[in-house]
Amino acid sequence: MKKTMKTLLFATATILLVSCGGSSEEAATTNELSGSIKIDGSSTVYPITEAIAEEFRAVEPKVKVTIGVSGTGGGFKKFGRGETDISDASRPIKDKEAKICAENNITYVGLTVAYDGLAVLVNPENTWVDYFTVEELNTIWNPSAQNTIMYWDQVREGWPHEELHLFGPGTASGTYDYFSEAICGKKVGTRGDYTASEDDHVLVQGIAGDKNGLGFFGLAYYEENKDKLRLVGVDNGNGAIAPTMETVGNGTYAPLSRPIFIYVNSNAKTRTEVSTFVSFYLDNAAELVKDVGYIPLPSTEYDAEKEKFNNFLNN
Amino acid sequence: MTRGQINRLKDQAFAYFGIFCTLIGLVILAFFIGNIFYDGMTRIDWDFLTNLPSRKAEKAGILTAWAGSIWIVIFTFLIVVPLGVAAGIYLEEYGKKSKIAELLEVNISNLAGVPSVIYGLLGLEIFGRLFGMGNSILAGSATLALLVLPIVIVATREALKAVPPSIRAASFGLGATKWQTIWYQVLPASFGGILTGVILAISRAVGETAPLIVIGALAYVPFTPSSPMDEFTVLPIQIFNWISRPQHEFSINAAAAIIVLLLITFVMNGIAVYFRNKWQKKINW
Repeated sequence: MKKTMKTLLFATATILLVSCGGSSEEAATTNELSGSIKIDGSSTVYPITEAIAEEFRAVEPKVKVTIGVSGTGGGFKKFGRGETDISDASRPIKDKEAKICAENNITYVGLTVAYDGLAVLVNPENTWVDYFTVEELNTIWNPSAQNTIMYWDQVREGWPHEELHLFGPGTASGTYDYFSEAICGKKVGTRGDYTASEDDHVLVQGIAGDKNGLGFFGLAYYEENKDKLRLVGVDNGNGAIAPTMETVGNGTYAPLSRPIFIYVNSNAKTRTEVSTFVSFYLDNAAELVKDVGYIPLPSTEYDAEKEKFNNFLNN
Repeated sequence: MTRGQINRLKDQAFAYFGIFCTLIGLVILAFFIGNIFYDGMTRIDWDFLTNLPSRKAEKAGILTAWAGSIWIVIFTFLIVVPLGVAAGIYLEEYGKKSKIAELLEVNISNLAGVPSVIYGLLGLEIFGRLFGMGNSILAGSATLALLVLPIVIVATREALKAVPPSIRAASFGLGATKWQTIWYQVLPASFGGILTGVILAISRAVGETAPLIVIGALAYVPFTPSSPMDEFTVLPIQIFNWISRPQHEFSINAAAAIIVLLLITFVMNGIAVYFRNKWQKKINW
């Protein structure tokens, strides 16, 4: 038994040594900033923060930035306990969460970093839908439509008497929360008899394979599947507007465009690495946000966010 | 047709049915693995294994993820083996007939059925917050060790049961104490079975995502861990993260990472099977 144990131990030690080899390679560069920045929160915001962290590493290699994906709510829980420095959020902080921060003497600032648009999509073979009004979307999705609005001609006269097949994200996602609030109103939810999936690829497949399909999800998924789906504009009283870089960025694609945020703990005031990171975030967001499929704010708004952050630091 | 012919026909029919059932599982598995290899094989190269996570799919690598996975596996192993084997020995050899042992037994079977995310919550509160381990490798390993503990305990007990009573009797007959009998006779003889249980347990632990996400394992970690108290990410989290990206290139990355994860599991199982076979050859009663 002894010999076997020795071999096992040796194998263990070798693997350990090999697996920690990568950490020292950046040590040669001389830079003033070091320390670590802990970020957690929304998986919607994650790709942006990841992109920023990746670029930041080229500038300040000694600062260790780590990012988790506990979700907006889970992120704020940790943020409220002071366990993280920055929280990614796909919605503004709730009163309940703000109260917890206050109880733990945590002050913070919320900064808008990008926009995300929710796209409403149908199958390319669908020839009848030209646009939806917000009321029509409400007719389709509100909870009382369950088991009653089952055919397209119940939504608008002139549309065919064909079954309506609905696809959307599951109730646990921030995207669902946003859509149901924007279309059906606060705390109402939507009808339950639709095909729900947390995996947006499933929704894409569902709509792409069903002539009578209708669904919604983040604009970035449409951008990747343009050939399989048809984007439908939404009329909020000012004519039908399709979500594009422009209409989402300037807010005319209402009500289905939403801002996304980061929340910064006030310990950024004393910790230069955190404040430098956040400034870097706002300086480079315009470029990097586009890279990962989201829509940047107009540059004036980034300037405004930067000013807001600087004021926060100096108070 | 005579009765005998009918019976033979039934016999044959059942054999084909058995083959069919076996093949269903294998064909589906082959299909999945083939699919994954088709998608991901071309993506695996040295850069993929040694690069840090990146927003650009073609630049992104899994260095921190596989390093994290290996750290997690090693520490889970170190925690679960002594605990699980000792508990198994107690239940099988010492506490066999007591009321407490019966109660424990029921509880262990129940624990094996608890959803893994619940263990995550337990780990977050106890290891992460109460013991102050935070979202470190140690907290993750301890959580996973709890999760797979029942597997090791049950396997240990079964392996001990399989040791023939004559071996024990002979040992006692030569004047050995209970402890000497267990340490020098029973344990070496059951080593193979115990190791099989440990392999199963570790293979399960290496694929777990949910409990680690709950205790706060991260998605983006640009450095490999250098101590058990470091923050970490693991391959399943990286895979999950890539799968949920809209860009097709990331799902190719995910497929490639799945291949690496399969390889790690395969190699670990291989090592364990090797030791088990080597060990079993040594037993000559």
